[in-house]
Amino acid sequence: MKKNIYQKIWEAHLVCEPEGEDAILYIDRHYIHEVTSPQAFEGLRLSDRKVRRPDLTYATMDHNIPTTDRSLPIADILSRAQVETLKKNCAQFNIECFDMFDPRNGIVHVVGPELGLTQPGMTIVCGDSHTSTHGAFGALAHGIGTSEVEHVLATQTLRQKASKTMEVRINGTLPPGITSKDIVLAIIGKIGTSGGTGYVIEYTGEAIRNLSMEARMTICNMSIEAGARAGLISPDDTTIAFLKGRAMLPKDRSFEALAEEWKQWASDPGCSYDTLVELNAEDIEPQVSWGTSPEMVGGISGTTPVLADVADVNKRHAYGKALEYMGLEEGMPLQSIAIDTVFIGSCTNGRIEDLREAAKVLRGYKKADSVQRALIVPGSQAVKRQAEEEGLDRVFRDAGFEWRESGCSMCLAMNDDKLAPGERCASTSNRNFEGRQGKGGRTHLVSPAMAAAAAVKGVFTDIRNWKYQD
Amino acid sequence: MNPFTIHKGLVAPLDAMHVDTDQIIPKQFLKRIERTGYEDVLFFDWRYLDDGKTPNPEFEMNAPRYQGASILLARDNFGCGSSREHAPWALFDYGIRSIIAPSFADIFFNNCFNNGMLPIRLSADLVEELFQQTRAAEGYSLEINLPGQKIIRPDGSAISFEITPFLKQRLLNGWDQIGLTLRYEDAITAYEEKRAAARNA
Ligand code: SF4
Repeated sequence: MKKNIYQKIWEAHLVCEPEGEDAILYIDRHYIHEVTSPQAFEGLRLSDRKVRRPDLTYATMDHNIPTTDRSLPIADILSRAQVETLKKNCAQFNIECFDMFDPRNGIVHVVGPELGLTQPGMTIVCGDSHTSTHGAFGALAHGIGTSEVEHVLATQTLRQKASKTMEVRINGTLPPGITSKDIVLAIIGKIGTSGGTGYVIEYTGEAIRNLSMEARMTICNMSIEAGARAGLISPDDTTIAFLKGRAMLPKDRSFEALAEEWKQWASDPGCSYDTLVELNAEDIEPQVSWGTSPEMVGGISGTTPVLADVADVNKRHAYGKALEYMGLEEGMPLQSIAIDTVFIGSCTNGRIEDLREAAKVLRGYKKADSVQRALIVPGSQAVKRQAEEEGLDRVFRDAGFEWRESGCSMCLAMNDDKLAPGERCASTSNRNFEGRQGKGGRTHLVSPAMAAAAAVKGVFTDIRNWKYQD
Repeated sequence: MNPFTIHKGLVAPLDAMHVDTDQIIPKQFLKRIERTGYEDVLFFDWRYLDDGKTPNPEFEMNAPRYQGASILLARDNFGCGSSREHAPWALFDYGIRSIIAPSFADIFFNNCFNNGMLPIRLSADLVEELFQQTRAAEGYSLEINLPGQKIIRPDGSAISFEITPFLKQRLLNGWDQIGLTLRYEDAITAYEEKRAAARNA
């Protein structure tokens, strides 16, 4: 029988399916971070349980840590306690931890792939919904709650029911200026934030095949914003080329042998899925979200919605509330929206390629005076070093941006990087929820190139007309 | 974990689609390392005025008639966004034991069962009807009968709901999921050995 990648990974990881219970699925890789793990470790201690496979578990600090000078102690007492708790827990249970001063530190979903810890065919979990990012490698990866973190620590397995599968096929070639962020926002705009609920998505089609690994990670990252716990892409030569030479690959086999194994996970040609969603790459415009849910999004040439045109009453109500929160009028051109702040970073768009794209736009320009703050927060310390080697940090500084240490930063505003009430931000992150970037803050989700261009113009602008100064 | 069998309680409406876990509990309250004590910060940004203390009179759940509610009525895609289990912890600490909505986000749905809470999916039409009845009658309560998989309204009429047998058993017995899985520890060890052997072959 022809199988899709999800079916292959599921079958290979089934430990058993006890009668009348959910299946027990083996977990190959468990990532943990400071925010969703302390209660899980405490649970282990209370019931006197051990971590079954510390060798398959890796920790990093990202959500809570400052992106400014790291030589100073963390000012916020609670944040400091949480970071220290993770360190202590890792020491007690013998788990490797990339702490704030480790050169491998960074956002968990940036670090795993760049170290080669994320590999095709794996099952990967983390107490973080954007674990779907790792699906770009052809791994079955999804977020779990803290009780499940404890379950995986204690048993190295997870209770699961098989998901339905959705193929999202992007046909054709991506026009210039359109990025994978625009693809995924367009998908969410089409199927809605609950369109993928109950499904695992596989992204296929010519436009996906032509994407780099960084770009694939951006798409898989936002699968959760479409309601799907996991989104993956079958491994191919691009995947293998990315993994070659990564520091933490298995040492007991040759890279050629690993690559051979990895390729076997790809979906069989002609396999089937429970449902299909198709988009043409040629039809996708640069996207800008206008509301408080990632599905409230549109092409840059469009406008905010006109409420009278929205048929569904609950939706009309939600749109009305969103426009009010966002301080926007009905039927307003997206290109007329002026911003105060720009944030480029996060596990969605904080990788080296994202920074290169932003730098390409910014080279020779300065941010508009009306833009009060512009932050670049690399996804990891490795990304930061690489960018500095390429001189990108100078381009950003010359353009009036702040160049920071890595971390989640203004993606969720748990540290000091946050929006003030009413402040409007062009952000390359993944969630435009009310208050996500700070209470009362207004978030517009865009690609790194669109964010950079908005910083220069002070309003959203169509990147397809950008005059690059090389 | 406490078992969930039959629960009777006051119903409170939360009339918004796509209520995300950032709304249920904003990030500044995720810094604590404890599992309880989140009752006062549930729906923080909606529930309080800008001073963070005065209850917001515009927030429907704040009305005196809904105080002490243990059943939450919600709209589509409740609990979307982040995987933070702090969201079900905060709901539980506030006193919520069951949430009724047309649909839930997957991770949140799972997290509820790990905390002895019952999320129930009903059709959008039925949920709308319950919203109307809740608002029409002060003190509107429902009885949720998990063994019989039905919700009994004040007039005695019953609405049946679906739940998988495994999830039902877990809630009814208040089973600790880790304990349940560790009964299959031999199978886990056998799986690991089989994989190691295949790799070395
Ligand atoms: S960057 Fe944002 S979305 Fe990604 S892990 Fe950090 S907080 Fe979560």
